Amino acid sequence: MERLTTLEITTAILGAFTPVWIGLAVILVLSWIFRGKLGLYGKLFGSPIGMFGLILVLFWILTAIFADQIAPYDALDQVSGMKNKKPGWPVRGLEGEFYWLGGDNLARDVFSRLVLGSRQVMIIAPAATLFAFMVGITLGLPAGFRGGRTDTVLTFLANLVLAFPVILLFFLLVTPEIRNDGTVYQLWGGRTWIASVPNILALVLFLFPIVFFLVLWTSKYSHRKDKLFLSVGLTLLIGGWAYIGLVFNADPLGVFYMDPNLLNIFVSVVFVNAPTVFRIVRGVTIDIKTRDYVAAAQTRGERPWYIMLWEILPNARGPLIVDFCLRIGYTTILLGTLGFFGLGVSPESPDWGMTINEGRKLLSLYPHLALPPALALMSLVLGLNLLADGLREESLKD
Amino acid sequence: MLSFLLRRSGVMLLTALCLTFVVFFLVNLDPNLEKLAKSEGNQRMTDAQVESWLDRNGYRQPLVKRYGEWLGVMPGWTRTTDEGATAGRCIGRTPVPAEQAEQAASYCGLLQGNWGFSTVFKEPVGGIVLNKLGLTGKLMFFVLLVMVPSALVIGVIAGMREGSKTDRTLSTFSILTTSTPEYVSGVILIVVFASRLTGLRWFNGTAASAMENATFSNFTLPVIALALYGMGYIARMTRASMAEVMQEQYIRTARLKGLGFYSVVLKHALRNALIAPFTVIMLQIPWLLTGVVIIETLFNYKGFGWTLVQAVGNNDIETMMAVSVVAVFVVLITQLISDIGYVFLNPRIRVS
Repeated sequence: MERLTTLEITTAILGAFTPVWIGLAVILVLSWIFRGKLGLYGKLFGSPIGMFGLILVLFWILTAIFADQIAPYDALDQVSGMKNKKPGWPVRGLEGEFYWLGGDNLARDVFSRLVLGSRQVMIIAPAATLFAFMVGITLGLPAGFRGGRTDTVLTFLANLVLAFPVILLFFLLVTPEIRNDGTVYQLWGGRTWIASVPNILALVLFLFPIVFFLVLWTSKYSHRKDKLFLSVGLTLLIGGWAYIGLVFNADPLGVFYMDPNLLNIFVSVVFVNAPTVFRIVRGVTIDIKTRDYVAAAQTRGERPWYIMLWEILPNARGPLIVDFCLRIGYTTILLGTLGFFGLGVSPESPDWGMTINEGRKLLSLYPHLALPPALALMSLVLGLNLLADGLREESLKD
Repeated sequence: MLSFLLRRSGVMLLTALCLTFVVFFLVNLDPNLEKLAKSEGNQRMTDAQVESWLDRNGYRQPLVKRYGEWLGVMPGWTRTTDEGATAGRCIGRTPVPAEQAEQAASYCGLLQGNWGFSTVFKEPVGGIVLNKLGLTGKLMFFVLLVMVPSALVIGVIAGMREGSKTDRTLSTFSILTTSTPEYVSGVILIVVFASRLTGLRWFNGTAASAMENATFSNFTLPVIALALYGMGYIARMTRASMAEVMQEQYIRTARLKGLGFYSVVLKHALRNALIAPFTVIMLQIPWLLTGVVIIETLFNYKGFGWTLVQAVGNNDIETMMAVSVVAVFVVLITQLISDIGYVFLNPRIRVS
């Protein structure tokens, strides 16, 4: 059978993405119709650059969702005779089937791995960024609002982490050996927990979302006992459940579980990102706390945490949303860097960074191995950066 | 000003101590020490033998004591064998007769200039670090030479007329470069300019030969790949700063008194617009460190970043520590310079 031409490859790939195109069309049309009611997101339609960014980001989100439908092969499927074959090569023994973007060094389909790899990125990067924001907000608000000694200590700690060369920290934190080094504690049901550095980091960092929501509800509903008990109870139940599952790997129902290596990477990424978020939140808080509505709330006799979480935080959302987009992009780059140094999730995973790392060794002979994930990563980060730029421009117009 | 400098330097030293201690803790975790014992002693050592090797060679002292020894503020450990021979941190692992041992200094740490001995390169670490820093310095020099002027030019031109078509194009270009990490731009550049795919083959895909003799063909790709990623950020900061300055009253006044647009830009706006980018450029240098590690690995340029990867990959504890110290100091000193420079450049800031 003949090799496919470039045009045929393009058509085939565009066809494979059909669910994404449909999803994209539905989302964009719906957002366009309701754009007046969607606040900042709706205003994005006024900025062509932000729009382009949004489309790129949505494209990768939808690709991650429909990855199983799009990818013709499994990430680990090997077909003999397809090793390092060029794009558009017919699959041996199967009529009418092709490796659209060629085969990799282990005869796996480059295109399928690219599509399935988007899932890794689209889950880890936003989740890690969200956690970093929880940590940064929970510490940055009091530092900026109270000032004084709290501020001095927290700022010093943040600067300490920020002065740490990121790459060095990752090399030291994301190694398989470090996970198993520490005192072993016996948990219930024969489970054990090792007090290793990443595990202790997880223990501390994963506490922040729970603390954040607890403070959020108690400050809001301090006079409404019924709502207070409901919201605090739910937070403790769900948060505690997830906490036990993720930190101690001891979820009785088995819903919350994180691979130890993934947990290691996850906490490292959160740890590196949180101080920057802290600095931004602190800066915005210092700026906002001089506003009249904060003074008004203080005169009303509101408690400090109410003012921080329900007066200052909502008004700081503009810069925080913009930074959130940028930070997901930065986290994506960071995860790619980890993969590039072979510190990724697992050696066989279709993670983009790791694929680039594997492909770079054969770059001058078989450029089709490393190029697709490289371009994919670039387009995703570009989308996020353009989206952030559009959001910033639109939020400044207010 | 003096008290500001003193305070900043004090905080800097405290930060450096904290950070090096954290690194010391992390590189001296048990698994690393066990690997060290096996690679230095014997691969087939039993757990008990590993333990006794570590104990004999001073690795089982309290961490703070060992950190003090490494830093050179505490006397190095010594151990006298039954035959009366002495081994020690400053003497060596092999015991020597007492008279010989007495010749050795009692303090031998970082402050005394003793950076340790690399288990990978089989050389004193101090020399390696100096040599590799020179190589990376060469790379950084060319990167900054390409990155800073082009970023400033792009930023100033884009910010000069905010919202114009030139501005939009240049801003999008800046965003594109910030979205392209070094491992992506490196791969793309190699594929386009140094592979069979396009057949251009203008440059070399490896910079191994550039260590001795940097030429246009073997050094261009690493320099460009590294410069591109940092460039966009500086350009955007310059643009923002320039756009802000262009809206100031004094620019309007200069325009109204009849000065030409370019004369206003060059004589009035530029100097004020370049204060913010200076800080950004200084802060960008430590940020380039990650890029240096990536690019040196990708292009096989055996500089500082490459050494870091080798040291971590081969559990070379002394080299890891030395590399970390240098990296931490680069970060802290650039921060200090950026703070001081900001104060000097901006007459509106007074430090009390």
